[in-house]
Amino acid sequence: MSTANRRGRRARGSNVGAHIVLAAGAVVMAFPFVWQIISSLSSNAEVQSVPPTFWPERLRWENYAEVFHRLPFLDQALTSVTITVLRTVAQLVLCTLAGYAFARMRFRGRGLLLALVLSILMVPSQVYLLSQYQLIQGFGLLNTTAGIVLPGLFSAFGTFLMRTAFLGMPDELEEAARLDGANAFQTFWRVMLPLARPTLSVLAIMTTLWSWNELLWPLVVSTRADKMPLSAGLATLVSDRTIQYPIVMAASVLAIAPILVLFVALQRRVIDGLATSGLK
Amino acid sequence: MAASAQRTAVAGTARKGGAGHGRSGSLRRDGFWPWLFVGPLLVGVTVFFLWPIAQTAYFSLTHRGVFEGAEFIGFANFTRLLADPALYRSLANTLLYTAIVLASIPIAVYLASLLNRPGLRFASVYRVLYFLPYIAMPTAVAMVWRVIYNGDFGMLNYVLRLFGVDGPYWISTPGYTIVAVGLVGLWSSLGFAMIVFAAGLKNIPPELYEAAELDGATRGRQFRAITVPLLTPSIFFVSVITVIAGLQLFDLLFAILGSANPMLPKSMSLVYFFYREGFIQNDKGYAAAIAIVIFAITGLATLVQFRVQRRWVHSA
Repeated sequence: MSTANRRGRRARGSNVGAHIVLAAGAVVMAFPFVWQIISSLSSNAEVQSVPPTFWPERLRWENYAEVFHRLPFLDQALTSVTITVLRTVAQLVLCTLAGYAFARMRFRGRGLLLALVLSILMVPSQVYLLSQYQLIQGFGLLNTTAGIVLPGLFSAFGTFLMRTAFLGMPDELEEAARLDGANAFQTFWRVMLPLARPTLSVLAIMTTLWSWNELLWPLVVSTRADKMPLSAGLATLVSDRTIQYPIVMAASVLAIAPILVLFVALQRRVIDGLATSGLK
Repeated sequence: MAASAQRTAVAGTARKGGAGHGRSGSLRRDGFWPWLFVGPLLVGVTVFFLWPIAQTAYFSLTHRGVFEGAEFIGFANFTRLLADPALYRSLANTLLYTAIVLASIPIAVYLASLLNRPGLRFASVYRVLYFLPYIAMPTAVAMVWRVIYNGDFGMLNYVLRLFGVDGPYWISTPGYTIVAVGLVGLWSSLGFAMIVFAAGLKNIPPELYEAAELDGATRGRQFRAITVPLLTPSIFFVSVITVIAGLQLFDLLFAILGSANPMLPKSMSLVYFFYREGFIQNDKGYAAAIAIVIFAITGLATLVQFRVQRRWVHSA
């Protein structure tokens, strides 16, 4: 007890050094975001001035309006929201059902099928990208939201994650539900699913982040700017010299903002979820 | 970006913990139910993942023009690839990028140990600030990094000039491009590593530090003798994930350089090489061969890490 106290007091006394290092680091980490916001409110000349303009002469909020006039921003934002919502919902439903079956039901070929699904996790996405593209092309879905969404509705990782969650649950609850006459779905829905809620939120967070930020796949299946999600739209904007810096910055701020707001609102859950999901 | 690598890396741990089926005592029959549960996912995974993987293996053995059909050419794509300087340049660039991002690990260990000081105030504020770059859209943050790195009016060269250093054109000078992109990669993955380490530090029993303190060990000594060894499992996990994500470099490079940058051929990564051959040059057979080589390199890198792990990872 006294040892702990002593250590606590000693530690608190010398935390100043830790604060200096951590705060300096935090400034470096946050600077690009701050600079992006400042640039988004500056004039094009101010962004390119030497020495840099640390604070614009006046805050040009009209840059944000320009984003909607000059770029197909609204279309792209709508695509981003649509693909993210559809993929998250689909993965939550499909991966949870499949993960549950793989963890707690008996059926022929279970081991083999599970091995096949998990084998996908070992393979980098380039290995299936080419022929996913051909499939989408064959369906006539290039440059459509459906084409971007489709493969990502299914996830081997999500299945693995949910299976792990269900594997760790006690048998007794399930057995009791069965004895009470619940069928397999009722047992899953009423008894087991509520217990998996923390893992469900991890899966939802990871799918949302991935879907919102992903670049390569949408870049490949959508070539028209108005059909792209924001990630691809911003990346291809760079080559367009006619678009001015502050407008690109404003568009970027708007693209980051929704995830940022979500993150700040759910920060504990996001951080703990992502930090521990891989460790168990 | 990193999240998808995390998905892949978790597969490595899947085998360890996941072999426990066949639980005893529940010898019931589930009839058609399991098929309703797994059916939809299996159909989708087969159509969009398993079949494409098999197809890519076949593609890599064919020549596929834009207009004419496919022609079986055996291993010609692979022999051509192994003789292609672009493969080695993009591999070297990718490895350099990965090495730079790996530098986030020692930094993160140190910062996490500061973050876990007992009674540290504002710890959650720090966590949020360091974690922001990890969740922010890479192509959106790339836009501001382009401005910061600008050779004429960028903030980086402005700061360097204050110290009397004349900074280069970071984005358009071949030797500097990957370094510039690597620093952004380091910036964006630091927070994740830190959070994992902070979680790992919580598992170290405080009695160890108390005992060390009674023995008169300094903070630096405690860090080296207790913190680092007991954190090695987390360090190993993060380094596996960081390497897998590093080998997948594409988003940041593509967005920071811009698709029309004349420096891209000299600064491209493996995945950019794949993208260029498959979707700009439209040489799908060749791109399939590149994809398989990326797969092999990633597998090899992960295997080596798991092998070497035994020598330095402290097992509890």
